[in-house]
Amino acid sequence: MKNHKAIVPGRIIPAPENHLTAEAVAAVRRSRRGFMRAAAGAAVAGVSGAALASGAVKGGPPDIPPWTRALGPGVATNGYGMPSKFEANVQRRESPGLTRTSQSSVSFTPLQNLFGIITPSGVHFERHHSGMPEVDPSQHRLMIHGLVRRPLILTMDEILRFPSVSRIHFIECGANTGMEWGNVAVPTVQYTHGMLACSEFTGVLLSTLLDEVGYDKKNGKFILAEGADGSALTRTVPMEMALNDVMVVYGQNGEMLRPENGYPLRLLVPGVQGVSSVKWLRRIEVGDKPWNTREESLHYIDLMPDGMHRQYSGVQEVKSVITTPSGGQKLLDKGYYEISGLAWSGRGKIRRVDVSTDGGRSWRTARLQEPVLTKALTRFRIDWNWDGSPAFLQSRAVDETGHVQPTISALRAVRGTRSIYHNNAIQTWKVLPNGEVWNVQLA
Amino acid sequence: MSSSRKARWAAAGGALLIVAATAALAQTADGGRFGLGRIATPQEIAGWDIDVRPDGHGVKKGRGNARRGQEIYDAQCASCHGTFGESNNYMVIAGGVSKEDLKTGRAASLKAGEVRTVGNKLNYATTLWDYIHRAMPWTNPQSLSVDDVYAVTAYVLHLNEIVPEDFELSDENILKVQMPNRYGFTTDHGMRSVSGKPDVQGSLCMKDCVKEVRITSELPEHARNAHGNLAEQVRPLGPMRGIDTSRYEVGKAGAVKVAAAAPAAAAGPNPQDVLKARACTACHAVANKVVGPSYQEVGAKYASRADAAAYLVEKMKSGGVGVWGQIPMPAQPALTDAEAQALAKWILGGAK
Repeated sequence: MKNHKAIVPGRIIPAPENHLTAEAVAAVRRSRRGFMRAAAGAAVAGVSGAALASGAVKGGPPDIPPWTRALGPGVATNGYGMPSKFEANVQRRESPGLTRTSQSSVSFTPLQNLFGIITPSGVHFERHHSGMPEVDPSQHRLMIHGLVRRPLILTMDEILRFPSVSRIHFIECGANTGMEWGNVAVPTVQYTHGMLACSEFTGVLLSTLLDEVGYDKKNGKFILAEGADGSALTRTVPMEMALNDVMVVYGQNGEMLRPENGYPLRLLVPGVQGVSSVKWLRRIEVGDKPWNTREESLHYIDLMPDGMHRQYSGVQEVKSVITTPSGGQKLLDKGYYEISGLAWSGRGKIRRVDVSTDGGRSWRTARLQEPVLTKALTRFRIDWNWDGSPAFLQSRAVDETGHVQPTISALRAVRGTRSIYHNNAIQTWKVLPNGEVWNVQLA
Repeated sequence: MSSSRKARWAAAGGALLIVAATAALAQTADGGRFGLGRIATPQEIAGWDIDVRPDGHGVKKGRGNARRGQEIYDAQCASCHGTFGESNNYMVIAGGVSKEDLKTGRAASLKAGEVRTVGNKLNYATTLWDYIHRAMPWTNPQSLSVDDVYAVTAYVLHLNEIVPEDFELSDENILKVQMPNRYGFTTDHGMRSVSGKPDVQGSLCMKDCVKEVRITSELPEHARNAHGNLAEQVRPLGPMRGIDTSRYEVGKAGAVKVAAAAPAAAAGPNPQDVLKARACTACHAVANKVVGPSYQEVGAKYASRADAAAYLVEKMKSGGVGVWGQIPMPAQPALTDAEAQALAKWILGGAK
């Protein structure tokens, strides 16, 4: 019987009941017949919740499940579909105590539950400074002015008429992993690395718009981008970057931007900390000097041990993290696992990712999911046979410029522990013999 | 079929005509390549072009005295930032600045890094002006006049002992304000451009890379459930499950958490949702004083009063000062009657 699979020697966890959904447990309890069969199959009564799950839930073979015996709802029952109700654990979440209100706060992407490289728009992390405005696209305007020959006001209708591009890029908040500078502070990869997402963005290259307004090629050294939200957030972008690959974006993953991500228009500065990708974009000004805005002088500056702040520290350096398995999870069994995670660099493509399962003593090179794209998340995978002994899982990425992801100790030696921003350290997950995975830092 | 096709062509033709007309309007002597959009008028630009730079670009004509600034600050800013700019609810406004810093232009307190305020971090007064003007007060941004922004800026500078208490700040002197940390910034680092040189490089060692694996930090037990039960944050499918961290719940005495009685047919808005949506928690907490009194204190004070609910609804909506202290609670015009009533009921029921 198949149920014997559930009690093969080496299974370390008797799959406690909390590993079943409440519905599954209830279903087992309701079905006395099913329960008896499962108990018999498992040979030792109560030894294995998993056995109950696989063998006894009503509808498992040889029973015919109810959804096979019924007519389901028709097409367009949900005009805009949502994930299965069984996926309710996959949610953006705030980190308790991080901020006083949710209007000036951040919610984190549940990286532990995601596959591949694209972040579903509905769980893309959020960072608002004055809450989320509800912008009416028919009234929204983009003004481009400053050191230009033809200051323009564009409607959304007009912006959507310009030649468009679609590109896959990551957005990472500069403060991602910022809570971990001094010590381990949070339990899961959602909170350690979840100010990170990757989407296919569609919009107009900023260079197209800057040409259209006839920007001053001699004196136009910077642009200022401003949002239409209550914080009217502003950031300076150097012209060299603006002309290279910066986009004015309206599309995300095949649909319009979500309100949380800047509907109907945002800037996208690929590879640069998320704050520069100004949401609800309403204004671009061309200037000859940087603006030293609040988001460039009170926040998003990196405090060094000598008391100096690094200003305009935008580029997100090479970084990676294992998402499966990761902190707060429990391996159900010994044996084969695919270790998988994400790597990225604001300087270009990922060249290589190495994985260690012994706390950095030895490393093996992981497989990279193709295509590897510039300034985009890259999924890596590697095989692992867990023998049930303690393990320390780490990944380290190398980008195409040859920059190798450093350890937390190496970072601290240069930058101290108070810089808040740009922590791109190697992450360590400790695996206990009972299968539990916890966030740790190593010397 | 053919008639609908005809209609479509006609519609497209009409659209083309209109576009051609607007494009013709938008074209100037040197029109853009695409001819889209229209030229922004100086008045339109003036309305939106609010940025102020340290070199004087965008500085608005006006003036305001720190004394006037204090009046505005006490009425509209202190509720979040504290009477002396000391509140750490948000960016702390004042502190960490010494007389010596004003001379050196480097806030010495940043070396320890424990105190970080507007006063000891900021390099230019223009940035302070710009931010107050564009984004403050938080619930009512861009409502202060230019003169009032000068006044509040002057008062914040005074709170940091950068200017005297009767200082008048204006477009004429704002560029001359010497901030205590004006030399505390550097752009000499590798993260400014894609071609920048990294300051910390990792190792490519593959074998025998470390002698001893030593843990320097891990999550203490009391923090393991601080983000909620992790079992509920991982998909219950596949090779792993989330760890049930409810056993680490702080204050849990081995008892199974009793599920809160379902609110009977949930009449009205959920108080917790209202607290969050209306940012009440910016100033109030359930059990302890923050800027304002805790909800439990408020509930205890008014529980025996016959018209308590109506009184609290009125107070929440119109604000007030003097009952709990001298920091005013601003009016909450966005709060609906139903929301206020739900909150009042919840507060008087013990705020649980």
